[in-house]
Amino acid sequence: MVTSQDIREILATNEVLAPVAEQIGDDDSLFDRGLDSFGSVQLMLALEERFGIEFPDEFLTRKSFASIAAIRETVATVLHPQAA
Amino acid sequence: MDSTFSPRADSRAAEIFDEAPDGVPSFLDRLFDQGLLVRTGVDGLYGRSGAFESVVDALERLISRLGAADGAEVMRFPPGMSRPAFERSGYLKGFPNLAGTIHSFCGNEAEHAELLACVEARSDWTGHQQATDIVLTPAACYPLYPAAAARGRLPEEGGLFDLQSYCFRREPSLEPTRMQLFRMREYVRMGSPEQVLAFRESWLARGTEMIRSLLLPLAIDVANDPFFGRAGRMLANNQRQQNLKFELNVPVNSVEKPTACLSFNYHQDHFGTTWNLRQADGSVAHTACVGFGLERITLALLRHHGLDLAAWPDAVRTTLWG
Ligand SMILES: [Zn+2]
Repeated sequence: MVTSQDIREILATNEVLAPVAEQIGDDDSLFDRGLDSFGSVQLMLALEERFGIEFPDEFLTRKSFASIAAIRETVATVLHPQAA
Repeated sequence: MDSTFSPRADSRAAEIFDEAPDGVPSFLDRLFDQGLLVRTGVDGLYGRSGAFESVVDALERLISRLGAADGAEVMRFPPGMSRPAFERSGYLKGFPNLAGTIHSFCGNEAEHAELLACVEARSDWTGHQQATDIVLTPAACYPLYPAAAARGRLPEEGGLFDLQSYCFRREPSLEPTRMQLFRMREYVRMGSPEQVLAFRESWLARGTEMIRSLLLPLAIDVANDPFFGRAGRMLANNQRQQNLKFELNVPVNSVEKPTACLSFNYHQDHFGTTWNLRQADGSVAHTACVGFGLERITLALLRHHGLDLAAWPDAVRTTLWG
């Protein structure tokens, strides 16, 4: 299962979010924390590598990566499509 | 806002775009035959005739008139920009495939002889070419941001600039509207989010009025830039979801795939952050631009009103030439 801590570890590898990664709550907007469009793309690619998945096109949006909770749901849906 | 072509324009357009039977020259061929464009042997790289340029000149004057009351500061940059500025702009993140860099021979005399031998043998002679500190300008506004930021904070009322430049995008195509080197006229606004969004709204209205006065069918649509690759698909989705880019489309090559003749872009704080461009109160400036594709509008006029400028509708001629 994907935990919030797993996601936080990946956020900690992001240039902008690294300094605050441990303080980000599950529902906090990552964009309010300084993530920009290109940063969200880097985050998307890092998640794919970490979980060995490829997000389908319909998930390639800001909303899918807007918060730790949103990312957990996005990753879980792609890992276990039948549960979605 | 319009999201479809008007019914009248639709039926008109359908006549113009009736499937040409085989053997009938394409629009591009007809432009060559009429001498309006001049072949160079490279797709998307063309010469322009005096008649073609007379339309471009008239459009430039029309755009100047539409914006005159705003008192934009005029600046003109050559079609090349500083490579360090280009690198910092972030263009390579989104469009590595469209960029054009200027390379020059940097070898010694022996290598010069090698180069000539390669040219003679028609093999690759570019081995001793090295990237210079100039890249081709990808959009008219790119050289402006560092220049504006270098002046320090914006005044209270923000900034407004009038630009025009030849721009380069490497996308060879037989569609005459997709040139590799083309001119873009722009107004660029810098300031608070409210200031730059009000600017974009006003140009959505003015641009629509302008194209209507040229009796061209149009539609305004949410758009995205052609970002590269899979990461680019996410950037494109983000751009659309946030309504950052609108295009004013006119059918030129086909009704199904109309041509973006004007674009209205809200960059949020992208360039402000990149260049440390500040508002009067010290906060990061937001920017927006409206771009006019001068060749594209000219081609739309030629497509809809015919290749003989003298036979264009009086209303169109009056709008352009008084
Ligand atoms: Zn621009």
